[in-house]
Amino acid sequence: MFSAGAESLLHQAREIQDEELKKFCSRISKLLQAEDLGPDTLDSLQRLFLIISATKYSRRLEKTCVDLLQATLGLAACPEQLQVLCAAILREMSPSDSLSLVWDHTQNSRQLSLVASVLLAQGDRNKEVSAVGQGVLRALESRQPEGPSLRYLLPIMAKVVVLSPGTLQEDQATLLSKRLVDWLRYASLQQGLPHSSSLFSTPRARQPGPITEMDGAVATDFFTVLSTGHRFTEDQWLNVQAFSMLRAWLLRSGPEGLGTLDTDDRSEQEGSTLSVISATSSSAGRPLPPRERLREVAFEYCQRLIEQSNRRALRKGDSDLQKACLVEAVLVLDVLCRQDPSFLYRSLSCLKALHGRVRGDPASVRVLLPLARFFLSHGEAAAVDSEAVYQHLFTRIPLEQFHGPMLAFEFVQFCRDNLHLFGGHLSTLRLSFPNLFKFLAWNSPPLTSEFVALLPALVDAGTALEMLHALLDLPCLTAVLDLQLRSSPAPSERPLWDTSVRAPSCLEAFRDPKFQGLFQYLLRPKASGATERLVPLYQLLQPMAGCARVAQCAEAVPTLLQAFFSAVTQVADGALINQLALLLLGRSDSLYPAPGYAACVHSVLSSQFLALCMLKPSLVVELARDLLEFLGSVNGLRSRASLVTSVVWAVGEYLSVAYDRRCTVEQINKFFEALEALLFEVTQCRPSAALPRCPPKVVTALMTTLTKLASRSQDLIPRASLLLSKMRTLTQSPATSSMHGEEGAEAICTRATELLTLLKMPSVAQFVLTPSTEVCSPRYHRDVNTALPLVLCTVSRLVERETGLLPG
Amino acid sequence: MVHAFLIHTLRAPNTEDTGLCRVLYSCVFGAEKSPDDPQLHGAERDRLLRKEQILAVARQVESMCRLQQQASGRPPMDLQPQSSDEQVPLHEAPRGAFRLAAENPFQEPRTVVWLGVLSLGFALVLDAHENLLLAEGTLRLLARLLLDHLRLLAPSTNLLLRADRIEGILTRFLPHGQLLFLNDQFVQGLEKELSAAWPR
Repeated sequence: MFSAGAESLLHQAREIQDEELKKFCSRISKLLQAEDLGPDTLDSLQRLFLIISATKYSRRLEKTCVDLLQATLGLAACPEQLQVLCAAILREMSPSDSLSLVWDHTQNSRQLSLVASVLLAQGDRNKEVSAVGQGVLRALESRQPEGPSLRYLLPIMAKVVVLSPGTLQEDQATLLSKRLVDWLRYASLQQGLPHSSSLFSTPRARQPGPITEMDGAVATDFFTVLSTGHRFTEDQWLNVQAFSMLRAWLLRSGPEGLGTLDTDDRSEQEGSTLSVISATSSSAGRPLPPRERLREVAFEYCQRLIEQSNRRALRKGDSDLQKACLVEAVLVLDVLCRQDPSFLYRSLSCLKALHGRVRGDPASVRVLLPLARFFLSHGEAAAVDSEAVYQHLFTRIPLEQFHGPMLAFEFVQFCRDNLHLFGGHLSTLRLSFPNLFKFLAWNSPPLTSEFVALLPALVDAGTALEMLHALLDLPCLTAVLDLQLRSSPAPSERPLWDTSVRAPSCLEAFRDPKFQGLFQYLLRPKASGATERLVPLYQLLQPMAGCARVAQCAEAVPTLLQAFFSAVTQVADGALINQLALLLLGRSDSLYPAPGYAACVHSVLSSQFLALCMLKPSLVVELARDLLEFLGSVNGLRSRASLVTSVVWAVGEYLSVAYDRRCTVEQINKFFEALEALLFEVTQCRPSAALPRCPPKVVTALMTTLTKLASRSQDLIPRASLLLSKMRTLTQSPATSSMHGEEGAEAICTRATELLTLLKMPSVAQFVLTPSTEVCSPRYHRDVNTALPLVLCTVSRLVERETGLLPG
Repeated sequence: MVHAFLIHTLRAPNTEDTGLCRVLYSCVFGAEKSPDDPQLHGAERDRLLRKEQILAVARQVESMCRLQQQASGRPPMDLQPQSSDEQVPLHEAPRGAFRLAAENPFQEPRTVVWLGVLSLGFALVLDAHENLLLAEGTLRLLARLLLDHLRLLAPSTNLLLRADRIEGILTRFLPHGQLLFLNDQFVQGLEKELSAAWPR
């Protein structure tokens, strides 16, 4: 479809020069002036459209050409194709200062519709939107039977209302409400006459039949969008359009302007009126003012739609429409109840029945979401047992339907948009995070940003650790969901799993009773409070790591981890921070073996570990034993280089009395020994195929930390100096430069020299390497004597000229 | 309501990156309100911004579609269908939705619903909080109509020079961006009108 020919056509349209364009325009002008409305003009206009729309930069068209295009729109007898193209060209040029279209009420409504599309595209530079709105309203007011067909004009009204709700005056809004009531409630129940050139032709001999319902029965009540027939009358068309714009109109036409936000005091209001309303009927004979009448009609319309959706549609397209109508009906009822609580009592019974009907039908699952929202908004006032609704929503639906991309998106949107309504049910949402993660694991590309926004609400101190484990295991979850689909007994028309990957061993493992516990844990619907080590699963599921879906999920995890940590640090207390740090270190070597996954996760974990330390510096002292253990286990050192560097740096920075009074000399000595051993191990080991080269950053971090520790426990200084000079000698050997590269070796050498220099003056070393807080916040212009950079300069100058300053 | 409708190219996944994502057709229904005085910025700048917003949406849809195709393990899409009479099963075509945050790229937050058919992507840019079930149905309907009336399955046709038909379809089935609740018979009625005005 998009062949090389099309590519070259686009290229030509883009590259056309001004001169050529001018000639082309004058040709078109001639054709239009001569009112030649044949195929040549059509062809030229199609090309002109392509030229204008192909580039994002504006094209200068000749004024005559533009004027003629505008004039053609107003021609009485012009084929629709040409007028549509002229409007499209003008619209593609917009916004533009060279257009001068105005609303001309003498034109027929089809032309007016085209003019409106151009005017609205101009933006509101010259108040076009209100001009169009006023024009349409005037057309609506004039009730001439020969007047413009309103079918083309009503959608313009809807657009104007959405673009700028304040355009209509109070009385105009009332008029529109009245007309909407007519169209919604009193559309004809007879089918339309066969179409001929004029809408008002003489009736034919054959009588048109009555309108039918979707299952073929004769219509039982007023006409709605779910009523059908062979041909439709004008007012039936207007019925369809009126319903299509109903919700937007209800939201924007109230005197308060916006009915979109819920206010908390509504529920009290609802509660108090509820008892009054249940006793009386709302329309006690007297006519309602137009706005209230519209609400009443809207209510009846929605109720009828809900009843009509119960019928079994004869055509597939119609059954899809029934579901869309159900969603819309619930949304409209929600708006109505928010605007006028007296509707609540009447809506509840109908919606509760609908919920009962829909929850057992997997094909109608998307209707559950607006229903749940309705119960969330109004449930309290009406004492509905919404807990059962949410249990079903959060427990069953994600388990069974995680794979539908549209449902997944809508579900997560529902959670995100209605957080402020959850109130007491927020804990249900939070505990269901394993189920929500199923949507994320299966559909990570569109849902990652949604979850990043949702995580702060899901994160809770009680479930934080379990959630972190779940996030780290997300790719594993993707693989297991795939296996679950493969082994599920219900076949669908097309396989939902990744058909390019065959993993018979994984499938076997999935069915093996030995591992059932672990798989069930991974697939759990709610937070269980306990954590399971899933390490046995990693090896079993390793063949699935090549799945594209697993890889996509793995790519999303680092972003999610960042979001998780920034959320959890808001709610974590000291104990939780310690546990998180331990979790980080513990999980760093047990991750699902997806290619590249471990490296990305490690870099996030290392920066988050530092963030945790900065938040709570005393964790280094409190977790001293665990950190020592971590540093002692060098097996995975090379692969966790970034994390090791962070830990080492954190130890150097925070293992001091300044940050925690409980820091003992013994601890410092123990760490010194451990780090010394680590440094030795790192520098002595030859790199091989299995162990990648250790980056120089690790070596310099180790040296710096050792020096810092030595400056705090000065007995260690001789050992540290010895170590540093050994390192310096080592870097000069050719073996080291081959291992770390020229620059790496040089960096290590420089750093070793600097540190050795510092250690020669122990008190200075302490000052530099463990600066107190006053020194850390520089006030150079005030405290010349204590400014750190100044001290360093002095020290280096002193040391360089050491020999010269010494006596003798 | 729909803010914009666009058709763009979809390059097959798993092939190397040749060329760019091209927007083949776009229609914006009404302009976005700019945050400050519209007189401040030239009309040209606004138009440029609008075009770039549409291109940004097209690129994002393309990558979402490609990721979905890869994830489902399907072979790269057939760029040329077997025969022009083949019915493309639209119910199984890759589709999805995603949200666009405010200021990125549109002024207000919007939702995009998309559908991928062979090598074309169709997308609707909606206001936030729209009836997505209706939007999805409308998009499928538009795709079906465009495939039928423009005969897009035939090997040598393209839609670049057929904007009048696309406009004709849009004015009837998505007038001014209004999503319509059209049952099958209404759709047929509108299609008859369309065929009368645009003989094939």
